[in-house]
Amino acid sequence: MSDASSLSTPAAERKRVINASLTLGGAVGITALSFGLAAVSAGASVWQACALSFLTFTGASQFSAMSVVGAGGSMGAAFGGAALLAVRNFVYGVALAGRLANDEQGRRLPLLQRLVAAQFVIDETTAMTTAESTPRLARTAFWVTALSLFVTWNLGTLIGALAGSFLDTQALGFDAAFPAAFAAMLPPHLQTRRGKLAAITGAVVVVALTPFVPVGIPILVAVVGVMFGVRR
Amino acid sequence: MISAIVNGIALSNSQLWVLVIVLSATAYALKVLGFVVVGGRTMPPLVDRCLALIPASLLAALVAKDTFTSAQEFVVDARAIGLAVALVAVWRRAPFIVVVVAAMAATALVRAFA
Repeated sequence: MSDASSLSTPAAERKRVINASLTLGGAVGITALSFGLAAVSAGASVWQACALSFLTFTGASQFSAMSVVGAGGSMGAAFGGAALLAVRNFVYGVALAGRLANDEQGRRLPLLQRLVAAQFVIDETTAMTTAESTPRLARTAFWVTALSLFVTWNLGTLIGALAGSFLDTQALGFDAAFPAAFAAMLPPHLQTRRGKLAAITGAVVVVALTPFVPVGIPILVAVVGVMFGVRR
Repeated sequence: MISAIVNGIALSNSQLWVLVIVLSATAYALKVLGFVVVGGRTMPPLVDRCLALIPASLLAALVAKDTFTSAQEFVVDARAIGLAVALVAVWRRAPFIVVVVAAMAATALVRAFA
């Protein structure tokens, strides 16, 4: 095994990165199917589900917005929770810029190219890009992951939303796709003690506040869980 | 642009479109702010630590909301069984689709027979 990796050529390395990125794209397409189904079951039209995937292009925020809409929450509440979840793409952007914003000679890439790349700064591209040790492989990982995800995410959403609009979503349990999807997204954020404390706080806040404040607002208050980051 | 927060109003089609557009613009602005504007600089560790905890708080909050609440009420129904099945699947490191489909199937089964 160590022999193989020490002998691996740049071409083989590149192929490995491309394969991994395409495989991830396929898996994400399946997630997109469930987003399309869930969005339609929450009351969005097929086109609205597709527009979210094309323009917003950040899964957790899309699921969050539709979850609040489906529960009868206001536009502000649906927006607030989804926007807070999107803040992590800001953090990812700061981290990725050091690896991707310059070309191999260290020159800054044209602004237009950086503005296009920004749309693809999400969980999966960040994970794949930061896993690579050389700038060249990092760039390959970013762009192949970005494009394969963009295609499968949008295609999956369209198929899921079309299927959802023909089915009895309540009887088939499609509303249960939401909590299951959020639960499946959680583990990477629970690796630290403060991550676990933040998660428990978020859940407790929601259960405690729900009877007393408008739909969707407990989600916004749940962000107080970040207080566990204050102490070093 | 964002309407006042009013309790329990289902959104109209045009309100949903406003939500889609405003959310998309915000999400893109955050990506650009990080990648193009701030880009590569280091942020204060305190800010880093707090921002990193947003997903844990919010995702867990969303799990609780989508399982145990209906409008403004606390409820335990078929969705709780769905979540239990989902958690087992997550714990067994099942792929995303298996987690979601297992939860949906369990919820649908309980609804069909309860």
